[in-house]
Amino acid sequence: MPVEPSVISRLALRGIRKAYPAVVANDAVDLTVMPGEIHAVLGENGAGKSTLMKIIYGVVMPDAGEIRWNGNVVKVRSPHEARAMGIAMVFQHFSLFDTLTVAENVWLGLDRSLSLIEVSARIRAKAAEYGQDIDPLRPVHTLSVGGRQRVEIVRALLTDPRLLILDEPTSVLTPQAVEKLFVTLRQLAQTGCSILYISHKLDEIRALCHRCTVLRGGKLAGVVDPTVESTASLSRLMIGAEPHRIEHRTANQGPVALAVKTLSVARLDQFGVALDDINLHVHAGEVVGIAGVSGNGQQELLAILSGEDPRALPQAVQLFGSPIGNLGPRARRARGLYFVPEERLGRGAVPTLGLAHNMLLTRQDGGAVRAAGWIDLRRIREMADHVIARFNVKAGGHHAAARSLSGGNLQKFIVGREIDADPKVFIVAQPTWGVDVGAAAQIRNELLRLRDMGCALLIVSEELDELFEITDRLHVIAQGRLSPSMRTSKATTQQVGEWMSGLWSTEEPIHAA
Amino acid sequence: MRLEARPQPSVAMSIASPVIAVAITVVLGTLLFALLGKDPVRGLMVFFYEPIRSGYALSELAVKATPLILCALGLAVCYRSNIWNIGAEGQLLLGAIAGGGVALLATTATGGWIVVAILAAGAVGGMAWAGITALLRDRFNANEILVSLMLVYVAEMFLSYLVYGPWKDPKGFNFPQTQMFPASTQVPLLVTGTRLHLGFLIALAAVAAVWIFMFRTMAGFQLLVGGLAPLAARYAGFSSRKALWTTLLLSGGVAGIAGALEAAGPLGQLTPHVSPGYGFTAIIVAFVGRLHPCGIVLAALLLSMFIIGGEFAQSRLGLPRSLTGVFQGLLLFSLLACDTLIHFRIIWARRLAWNR
Repeated sequence: MPVEPSVISRLALRGIRKAYPAVVANDAVDLTVMPGEIHAVLGENGAGKSTLMKIIYGVVMPDAGEIRWNGNVVKVRSPHEARAMGIAMVFQHFSLFDTLTVAENVWLGLDRSLSLIEVSARIRAKAAEYGQDIDPLRPVHTLSVGGRQRVEIVRALLTDPRLLILDEPTSVLTPQAVEKLFVTLRQLAQTGCSILYISHKLDEIRALCHRCTVLRGGKLAGVVDPTVESTASLSRLMIGAEPHRIEHRTANQGPVALAVKTLSVARLDQFGVALDDINLHVHAGEVVGIAGVSGNGQQELLAILSGEDPRALPQAVQLFGSPIGNLGPRARRARGLYFVPEERLGRGAVPTLGLAHNMLLTRQDGGAVRAAGWIDLRRIREMADHVIARFNVKAGGHHAAARSLSGGNLQKFIVGREIDADPKVFIVAQPTWGVDVGAAAQIRNELLRLRDMGCALLIVSEELDELFEITDRLHVIAQGRLSPSMRTSKATTQQVGEWMSGLWSTEEPIHAA
Repeated sequence: MRLEARPQPSVAMSIASPVIAVAITVVLGTLLFALLGKDPVRGLMVFFYEPIRSGYALSELAVKATPLILCALGLAVCYRSNIWNIGAEGQLLLGAIAGGGVALLATTATGGWIVVAILAAGAVGGMAWAGITALLRDRFNANEILVSLMLVYVAEMFLSYLVYGPWKDPKGFNFPQTQMFPASTQVPLLVTGTRLHLGFLIALAAVAAVWIFMFRTMAGFQLLVGGLAPLAARYAGFSSRKALWTTLLLSGGVAGIAGALEAAGPLGQLTPHVSPGYGFTAIIVAFVGRLHPCGIVLAALLLSMFIIGGEFAQSRLGLPRSLTGVFQGLLLFSLLACDTLIHFRIIWARRLAWNR
């Protein structure tokens, strides 16, 4: 969409600075958004995107700098003031109450006192305007993640915003749902509403956005037209370097290491997902991926595989042919099965403990624990130092508390801690979620190296690109059911996207690998 | 006005917090004495100088600190593991009952080994009482705070029943008390002419043992992780059931030993008033001592000072003995306020628009 220079900008930020005790989140950042423009804000995790959005939305006050709204200097002191001005925001993590209906949720978010019936009517009208199908009376917990996002967006649209901020909106969507979202956003922009689109997915930005502001390390790295940039040039701008290429070799497969046989487990609570007849096997020297939109049973399956959830029948999970379904995590580790969970702080590591003590969570081997349970402090420090050095973890030494590390460095430490144990079967959830590009490439390379050494790897990820890059075979999980596997080299985004909606034919033969 | 989390709580302030809290307590105490129409200087002397003015006073301080240290050690292990046992008082009473029961079986001719049997019985009694809490939590997911607290009152009633009933001293002029235990059951004294007994050394040994257990053994590490990050403990494969039982049995055991030491130490008999609330005061001790074994020793001495000070305030100044409780409350309140302000800062914000 061409933007005429004479038009007054919808939003203009000049010289925004925000410093926190440990880090300068934004430094001399400028941002201009024109009416009807879809403007991308691109940057790695920690580049300062979130802080900038919080400043615009009035959650955080900048230390210095000027905000102009339709040409006038303003101070946004609270989200309420932002909404009054016409700014709406859809957060990455939804703020919906599961047990309430769509209309009730929307009603709670509205400032004016309308009746619930009026709100329902408005939701229907607004949804119809954008060709969407939303039933205001449905309880939110019955909606898919994409459905919940549509509720969030309609809630934002009901305030008739002049600027809509979307924070990583596609991380929870299937490729098909992403297309639908883009249609809505383009239609919205046609009406003159400006859109700030925060993302780190380059191809989406190139497909959707008119202009793109790139942040790096809290500073402005450039303002470009994404439609004329290449993915490589955007990536260079974002990280200041070309990402490593991953060299993909063909797998040299051994026998079946991990097998899941007709696993069915009831859901633990109302909002959980039941696992339904799951069959899966992973060979030594092979990487198998599980794709899927979050909340389709990944957590439940991983808890069963790691031993955190001991409800499986012994035979349902087998390690090198022996039943382990009823064993706890420690017993499984002793047999060579190691696991990296999705949440690093609080699950993969204890936030307040130092790295040396965090080694002990999964590593009581190698002389770390002597007779009578005596902890050998020197040994665990050596082990931590070794992991820090081997995996190039940036940390203030083995005493540094886990929470003092950046997300990427903590992930390198946790993945490193498990790899250092020489696993025979390695299960990793979201290996590079929230990790910067450099660390992500390093982690993926380490995973492939482990595979080449004969380890069986199972990777559960919501990032399709990542799965396409490092896996040999791919399953899709949807509503607690697991699709047949396909060779990654023969898979298409299209097909995986369809399977993510649970649409695979059950007659399709499971490709023996 | 609202509280905003500080990005990095000060470590120095976190250690200084108990000291600041004591200072605030002194200031508030001075005000309190002034309001009661008493000379604040004399009032403070009674609480902060009288209990340490002589060797005998110091020995009494240690005598009162002994059960506080033991109970608080067990509670600290519980609290660090996220198990909220507040029933140390009941566990102490059961320890006193079990230990006292063994002591009543002894005669003047019994050997000194009976003391070991008394302490062992005390530990078992305390563990059994805490075990009820663990069992109900484990089996029926009953809230351990409520169960452990309510069992305190059951324990008090049980003790009263015994000393008013079957265990009442027939030659005791109908007072609710057992007969005096035979001399052979007396816990050995450390200094003649005082009431300071071996229990104080046992308490100090327990401090060292708990420190080693918590910070140097895998079992203690598992408990710590369970308290700091339950999901991480589950991920690691540390059993939360084991943590529940370990912590409750351990804290019940030490509280029980504290009770048996009281019965066979300074008291030498059972009465309905075995404990002036040591088990509850120990909760304050545990927190003022930052849930750390070494901190607990200092905190126990401080709170023991308040107990003695309260008795003096009653006898010398004619003030109610409940002043002890007031001082304990002031201290805990100040400490919690200090801790809150270490982790949060107050923002005096203009009323936000949506509050209008």
